Amino acid sequence: MYDLIIIGGGPAGLAAAKAAWDKGLTKILIVERNWELGGILNQCIHNGFGLHHFKEELTGPEYAARYIDEVEKTGVEVRLDTMVLDIRQTERKEDGLPVYEIPMAGKECGYTCELTKSVVLAMGCRERPRGGVVIPGTRPAGVFTAGAAQRYVNIDGYMPGKRVVILGSGDIGLIMARRMTLEGAKVLACVELMPYSSGLNRNIVQCLNDYDIPLYLSHTVTEIRGEKRVEQVVVSEVGPDRKPIPGTEMVFDCDTLLLSVGLIPENELTQGAGIEIDRRTKGAFVYENMETSLPGIFACGNVCHVHDLVDFVSDESERAGASAADYVLKKKAVSEAAPVVTKNGDGATYIVPQRIRPENVEKFVKLFFRVGRIFPKADIVLTSAGNEIARFHKKFLAPGEMQNIVVTKEVLSKATEELLLTVEEIVETEVGA
Amino acid sequence: MKELICICCPQGCHLFVDEENDFAVTGNSCERGAEYGRTESMAPVRVLTSTVTCEGGAISRCPVKTKDAIPKGKIWEAEALVKQTSIKAPVQIGQVVIADIAGSGVDLIATKEIGALK
Ligand SMILES: Cc1cc2nc3c(=O)[nH]c(=O)nc-3n(C[C@H](O)[C@H](O)[C@H](O)COP(=O)(O)OP(=O)(O)OC[C@H]3O[C@@H](n4cnc5c(N)ncnc54)[C@H](O)[C@@H]3O)c2cc1C
Ligand code: SF4
Repeated sequence: MYDLIIIGGGPAGLAAAKAAWDKGLTKILIVERNWELGGILNQCIHNGFGLHHFKEELTGPEYAARYIDEVEKTGVEVRLDTMVLDIRQTERKEDGLPVYEIPMAGKECGYTCELTKSVVLAMGCRERPRGGVVIPGTRPAGVFTAGAAQRYVNIDGYMPGKRVVILGSGDIGLIMARRMTLEGAKVLACVELMPYSSGLNRNIVQCLNDYDIPLYLSHTVTEIRGEKRVEQVVVSEVGPDRKPIPGTEMVFDCDTLLLSVGLIPENELTQGAGIEIDRRTKGAFVYENMETSLPGIFACGNVCHVHDLVDFVSDESERAGASAADYVLKKKAVSEAAPVVTKNGDGATYIVPQRIRPENVEKFVKLFFRVGRIFPKADIVLTSAGNEIARFHKKFLAPGEMQNIVVTKEVLSKATEELLLTVEEIVETEVGA
Repeated sequence: MKELICICCPQGCHLFVDEENDFAVTGNSCERGAEYGRTESMAPVRVLTSTVTCEGGAISRCPVKTKDAIPKGKIWEAEALVKQTSIKAPVQIGQVVIADIAGSGVDLIATKEIGALK
């Protein structure tokens, strides 16, 4: 019987394991389907990780190594090349806690089932594939997600193509534009549907501008041509309704189209276990301590909501791991009171956590959210039962960057049942003449 | 006058750098922007990340980076050297792969530990 089984050995799983160990759990198992720990970081060889956490600019593999070293110093067990197949509730109880059964299949363990008192979900996310965006045309080879191309180039060491068009201006697409260029490919264009890029400014400057790769905002790919392999893609401008404008077509001769059109949390296991999923985050509903709707099952990292910075993944996952330890060691009383439910109002697209049990909050709780469009200046307003209870002034909010605000216990005590978060734009009025 | 976007924080101020006037920066909201505007116009630098061939290890590519930023103008020369380079496992993080790459004074180092195959 394990105290804690962690599904996924990426930055989320590693940070959760370390935190749970530090809090006193001793029977911990990380299950990872890849042959090594580190998750997606292994293929992110560029730098820019750890600025918040280590105050250094590390590459993905370096950031992962820091956490892997920490975990190796503990007694946490790791099973590589092993995939978790299901999460099952059982009738059993141990120390009054429900017991979960985790079936898995692995190179060394074969097919086995392990029992555990708690679970941390840290399965990460996967990329939105071509089926997730509708592009008319033929179905030739040469269409890849940007992350798949990243894996081919950085880990397997071969180039997916020579002349490339990238659809979507998320960070992964931008990073791959530079990477493919350095490896000798010609990146003809980066095409973004929205009037703004969802990637970081620094990536636009250092990955596109440095290599004279044009960025077409308010444009999309309207046709893919080619029999066996991609031969051309057609790019059109879109109007404010995001519909292509006839007559604006540009044709690019290329052999490869990379898609960087978003990430989706990988929640098949979560859903199979009967855990409630939030439509907005596409991850589990979580409480302030990252616990899901099933007691003793926690979620963190990209499986819970898509993060752009790994530093925040580590922070969140440390909280999840520590909470799992508190749960197993019964450090926190189980509360019966109804939680405060967070709601995203105007301007915000989601909030994590979705549920807060005020009595479990020691000093403060951080609310993480994303905005629906760009706000140069805005107030984040919290209201409950129609009363404003807090207001935070913020600058430069963009959908591509996750935001957070700190809600103190005192502010939280003013909330009843529901906590509504809205984003109020502040429009500058010119003073004087 | 040269126009730049500051990349030091999410604000992304539009900087104007006056090359004729000692690289004076305007349009910045803070001192970091002025600093960035000056270095970016006078001597832009970048960190190069890439991979080299690795023999005898569990994986065949070893990720590498320049330990510090190198002049932007040397990126292609440095990458050409990276492409010709092959190293042997075991590899340690921080191990120097190419010393003083492209005469930049900066070393190219490995960013991943790769064990040797038995
Ligand atoms: C391509 C890409 C580029 C990025 N670039 C940056 C950047 O420049 N800077 C930055 O700060 N952040 C960046 N990020 C974000 C950051 O790397 C991620 O947010 C972070 O890696 C997420 O960590 P995770 O542990 O939640 O997920 P992952 O790293 O995806 O790890 C999940 C792990 O779970 C395993 N797993 C899944 N299902 C199972 C199962 N059933 N059984 C066993 N194991 C399973 C997977 O194999 C994987 O190893 C990038 C993300 C991506 C995808
Ligand atoms: S000038 Fe200052 S405020 Fe403006 S983008 Fe640069 S660092 Fe940010």
